[in-house]
Formats: sequence, C-alpha cells, structure tokens
Amino acid sequence: MQGGHDLGGKQGLGLINPEPEPIEPVFHYDWERRVFALTLATGMLGEWNIDQSRFARERQHPAAYLNNSYYENWYEGTCRLLLENKLISKNELESGRAEGAVSLSLRVPSKKDAIKILSSGGPTRMDVGTQPKFNIGDSVYVRKKFTDGHTRVPAYVQGCIGEIVMHHGGHVFPDTNVTGNRKGEHLYSVRFGEDSLWGSNEDKNELYIDLWEPYLELK
Amino acid sequence: MANDHDHTEPPSDIALRVKALESLLIEKGLVDSAALDEIIEIYENKVGPRNGAHLVVKAWSDRGFKQKLMEDASSAAASLGYLGRQGEHLRVVENTPELHNLVVCTLCSCYPWTVLGLPPAWYKSAPYRARAVSRPRSVLEEFGTDLAKDVSIRVWDSTSEMRYLVLPLQPKGTEGWSEENLLKLVTRNSMIGVELAKTPDQIQSMKQGID
Repeated sequence: MQGGHDLGGKQGLGLINPEPEPIEPVFHYDWERRVFALTLATGMLGEWNIDQSRFARERQHPAAYLNNSYYENWYEGTCRLLLENKLISKNELESGRAEGAVSLSLRVPSKKDAIKILSSGGPTRMDVGTQPKFNIGDSVYVRKKFTDGHTRVPAYVQGCIGEIVMHHGGHVFPDTNVTGNRKGEHLYSVRFGEDSLWGSNEDKNELYIDLWEPYLELK
Repeated sequence: MANDHDHTEPPSDIALRVKALESLLIEKGLVDSAALDEIIEIYENKVGPRNGAHLVVKAWSDRGFKQKLMEDASSAAASLGYLGRQGEHLRVVENTPELHNLVVCTLCSCYPWTVLGLPPAWYKSAPYRARAVSRPRSVLEEFGTDLAKDVSIRVWDSTSEMRYLVLPLQPKGTEGWSEENLLKLVTRNSMIGVELAKTPDQIQSMKQGID
C-alpha cells in the first residue's frame, strides 16, 4: 500500500537536521531501548515474519505515521501484531495487567537463544524453480501496483522505465510472504536515470533499486 | 518531522505506555527480561560502525581482501566475525573519483546492522527518506559534502533484504598508513555515503581543536 511510509520523492518535509555523528547516542530515551528490545524479542516468538511486522507499521494513518517518532512507530506496530495474533487483549494493553491464562505453546527465547538468533540472522535467498526472465541490460517497465496489501515497490518508481543491472538470485517475495506464503522470486537491481524518475537530468545522477520479477515487464 | 519529534517532545506518555507493555509481556511470560537486556547490550555496545570501518581500512590496504569484499561482502565480513541479523546479504559499493554512492531506505529503515549497528535518527527520518532519491546533491550539501559538479551520484534504495555499505575513497596522502591510523578517517556517515572519509588535514585540525 502507498501509505505514509512510502516516502521516496515526497516534498515539503523540511530539512534533515542531522545530529553530529560524534555526539549522537544509539538511543535517545530509555523507552526507545525497551521498544527496540520488545520488538525484536516478540518477533523471535515466530508468530510473524519481517514483512508482517513492516506491514503492521505501515497500516497506520499516514498522519500518525509521519507525526510519530521512529520508535513510536515500532511501538504501534508491535502492539498491533500482539493484538492481531491474540497474544494480548485490548484490555490488557490498556491496563498493563494480564487477564486469564497464557498460551504455553510458544517457545519464549532466553538470553542464550536471543544471542544465537541474532548472530545467525535469517537469510532470504530462496530457489525459484524457474530461470530468470530478464537479462542484464534489458529495459524494463515497472508495473503499477495499487494494492491494499504489503509491497516493496515504491510509488515513485511505478510506471517508470529502468535497466536490469544485476541479478541477486531468488529471494523471499514480500508481497506473498506478508500473508504467510513464503516463496522465492527473482530479485534484480534495476537502474533508473534521473530523467526517467523526476523529469530532469541536470545532474546525471542515477538510482539503483532492488525489484522482484513480478513487479517488472520487458519494455 | 519525525527527527525533530525525537528531540523536542517530552517522552512521558510513550515512556509510560512502553513500561506498561513490557510489564504486561513479562507477566504473561511472553518475553524474558534477560533476553531483552542482552538485545539492548548487543546493539548499544557491541555491534557498531567500527565493524564497517574495519572492512574499509582492510580493503584500502589489502588488495586481495578488497577483491573478496567486492565479490562477496557477506563472506568477507563474516571472516572478520561480522555476521548476523540485517547483514545476511551484504554488498559493498565503491566510490571512485567520478562516482559517489549514497544509501537510503525510502520504505522503512533497512540498514546493514552487522557492520554499522543501528541507523542514526536522521537516516530513519521522513526528509532523508524522501529527498535522498529525488535531490541527492542537496542532501549531501546538508551534510556539508560538496561534490565536484562532474561527480555523478548513484543512490541505492534498499527495498529488499540486500544491505549496502559504501566503500569511501581513500584520502590522498594516506597510502601506507597503519590500519589504526586509517580507522580514524572512516566515519559512519562516509559508509552511508552522506560524507567523504576524513582527510589527514581534517584529523589534524580536530586534534588541535581538542588540544
């Protein structure tokens, strides 16, 4: 969906105002530490995947998404996942107190488990079972994708023409993974000239972006 | 917008809500306190941009390592012990005198955690995510980075699980320096691509500023 998160090329958002690198802390408030850890730890329960957790943050009202700080959006997403997966109830979230029995079928990661999960990561390379449709150098058109679901093709490249520059192999396809259907699709790095995206080429700059095969068609 | 919010709003309400959520999850046995503390410890104190800088200075001083890094960055990083979450599919992109690389994630905040740690607040902010793809040169200017007009910019939007790390140009006059001295030149921002590596002069004047 083209929610508040789909920000490439949006205007009127003001300056970046970066904090100088030498003085910027990893977390600015203690609650940010806790949200970060709670999000990762509840993710380790295995009840949802990374695309589902991204989709949970994206489904907020765009005004809320933009108004929230980054970790407030993580908090919102994590609460939504916990509620939708019925690990907590609305009443419990409001009161902060548990009501009724807790399902014991979940394996709650210990400190040791967490270390192991984080250091082994979760590769998304996956066999597709078909040959890639596109070759390096092919000109491709990015299909329009107006969906209520989760996708990783940003609005600003849709309808534009680019060039295949790399084939990354098969990777888990987010658009189906979000519904629990984990399957691989060919992933490409696609190059766009500035003129194709923004209608100007003063700078001769270019964009490289990773796009899955179903987003593309041969031009 | 989100960035300003981070620094100016009192966090009281959200702090209370997060506290309530944590105690609820602990009471329900859905999270383990020691695991939470360890997750924070890892990303606040163990994993950070020094890992990426190590890759960069090794690439600058060891041709064989650089080749390995450019061919298969995940394996090259793993050979130095940098592996895990958000670094499974790492790719290093090299700056040249004609081409400058810049990394962004317009849809969320994808970032190579294993080699840079967690992203800075500005990387996750709406203005950076919006403008890095459409007006990269003005973004660089905001970071005080003035590229020559004939240097083109290649922006990498991290929409997949591929993670990108910029290999900055080695500053002139630092050939043959020790890894320890080279490390002082490599900033986190230079590996995202919003800045260049520090020059020996810049390091010298920083030192004088401190003295």
